[in-house]
Amino acid sequence: MSSDRTRALKRDDAWAWIFIGPLMAGVAVFYFWPLLSTFYNSFTEFGAFGGTQWTGLENYRTLLTDGEVPRAVLNTLIYTAVVMLGIPLSVYLASLLNRPGLRFAWFYRVMFFMPIVAMPAAIAMVWRMIYNSDFGMLNYLLSLIGIDGPYWIASPGWALAAVSIVGLWASLGFSIIILSGGLRGIPPELYEAASLDGAAPMRQFFSVTVPLLTPSIFFLTIITAINGFQLFDLLYALMGPTNPAMSRTQSLVYLFYEQAFGQNDKGYASAIAMLILAIIGLITVVQFRLQKKWVNYA
Amino acid sequence: MPDTAVASATTGRARTRALQGGTRRRGSRGPRNIDAYLVLTLGGLIMIFPFVWQLIMSLSTQAEVTSVPPTLVPEAVQWRNYVDVFDLLPFAASQFTVSALVTVMRVVVQMILCAMAGYAFARMQFRGRGIIFALLLSILMVPSQIYLIPQYSIIQNMGLLNTVLGIAMPGLFSAFGTFLLRQHFSSMPDSLEEAARLDGANQWQIFWKVMLPLSGPALASVAILTTIASWNDLLWPLVVSTYEESMPLAVGLATLQGQHMTNYPVMMAASLLAMAPILILFLVLQRRVVEGLAHSGMKG
Repeated sequence: MSSDRTRALKRDDAWAWIFIGPLMAGVAVFYFWPLLSTFYNSFTEFGAFGGTQWTGLENYRTLLTDGEVPRAVLNTLIYTAVVMLGIPLSVYLASLLNRPGLRFAWFYRVMFFMPIVAMPAAIAMVWRMIYNSDFGMLNYLLSLIGIDGPYWIASPGWALAAVSIVGLWASLGFSIIILSGGLRGIPPELYEAASLDGAAPMRQFFSVTVPLLTPSIFFLTIITAINGFQLFDLLYALMGPTNPAMSRTQSLVYLFYEQAFGQNDKGYASAIAMLILAIIGLITVVQFRLQKKWVNYA
Repeated sequence: MPDTAVASATTGRARTRALQGGTRRRGSRGPRNIDAYLVLTLGGLIMIFPFVWQLIMSLSTQAEVTSVPPTLVPEAVQWRNYVDVFDLLPFAASQFTVSALVTVMRVVVQMILCAMAGYAFARMQFRGRGIIFALLLSILMVPSQIYLIPQYSIIQNMGLLNTVLGIAMPGLFSAFGTFLLRQHFSSMPDSLEEAARLDGANQWQIFWKVMLPLSGPALASVAILTTIASWNDLLWPLVVSTYEESMPLAVGLATLQGQHMTNYPVMMAASLLAMAPILILFLVLQRRVVEGLAHSGMKG
């Protein structure tokens, strides 16, 4: 007898709740309730001595008029865009790493994947040294080719670029991992057929590899956009909260953090959190719409 | 290169290899992959440069670290910097302990709760299963900042600010871990369960004595991902820990920036020590970590 039928005959309601109960209780308290709570809080103002007061759409009105918001949205978008530039690069690198007969592949993987697991707060300290305007390696290398390097992290104009480069560096390995999964799913016969038709390696890359990889690339653009929009750790650790350039460089999540725990304006911060949710939702919807135009589900 | 595509694909050896290994373009190995070796070596060196540079600086003197042009090889290796970490950062040891305790607590509790729930979602019939599971997964689609302020209030009201339990708390309950383990339990054969049932085992015994012992790799994936995420986590512990002695390492390091610490070699040593457990874990369990990370794509 098929076990599905066996199980259908006998419901496990009591046992099931013993099994999922502990997890669901925690999830209800620490996730479901907070979600509703933040939504509610976004219409209130937190009093100095506890308690909240209903203020209707006031926080959302502030959101629209606060000059820091568009700036933070723009910063976050720029950061996300730069990190996205890593995707084409990682398509190329993943195709190299998955070449048949490539030796020392594990060695290359270690090098490319190490940044993914490195603690952002710790690795940021090294990058601060590399970016240092007095004795940093980067400006030294730039000086060799006659360029007078900027102050990087201390200057409002360059700090975002500096953070984005580290973000790109830190996320490249993850992209390669996702794409490697996709590459392994491409049937080898296709390359053989392409070879027989006389397609050169370059042509094979663009006519076989890239089109068949589009589902993985699509998945990656969504994940990268979502992660990019949640920029906080690297920004905080690289720049430090007291950096004067921070107000010009802050991300949306940093603004949220600053309002909630710096300014202690938790009602307004909740509205910012709702904005982050809305933007991420919007980006995901748009990407799913555009998907039909370029993703190839063979 | 004239000898490539057509020629190699028509030779028997290349053809066999193509069928076995997923060959593309030229047949195989050796000098023909020279472009791959060149690009990967150059790219790889750029990727690990920050780690190598960190190690070099951590073994140099302050004068060498701040010299122009940079000193690539320190004159004498300064092991002392690693000892000085504990003088200069008096809380380093206790922060290390906090990080370790939080991580262990999250891994252990998550594995138990996620395995139990994942098992039920995969292998039990109960009212509301589909809806409850969908609700659980919806957590993953929402950015974590949405939960942060109420989570903070709850921890504050429970009197758990600046405690290991408070830092670990929301992370004890993982929708993602449950999802991974549900996938795993769904793929296990029904015959195992039926045999145990015939032997008179109840649901708990089937789960605990039959299914769980066969779940090592899946549990390891969850444990590895949780360890990395927990060790590196910044925003949540930053919010709930304010005393230097009760912070995890990530927060301790991040807040150093604000204090105008300028003993660079010691800072490099400290940050390398902070990353070391995870880097070692990665080097030792490379394949498994990569597998786990490939799953973690789901985690938004």
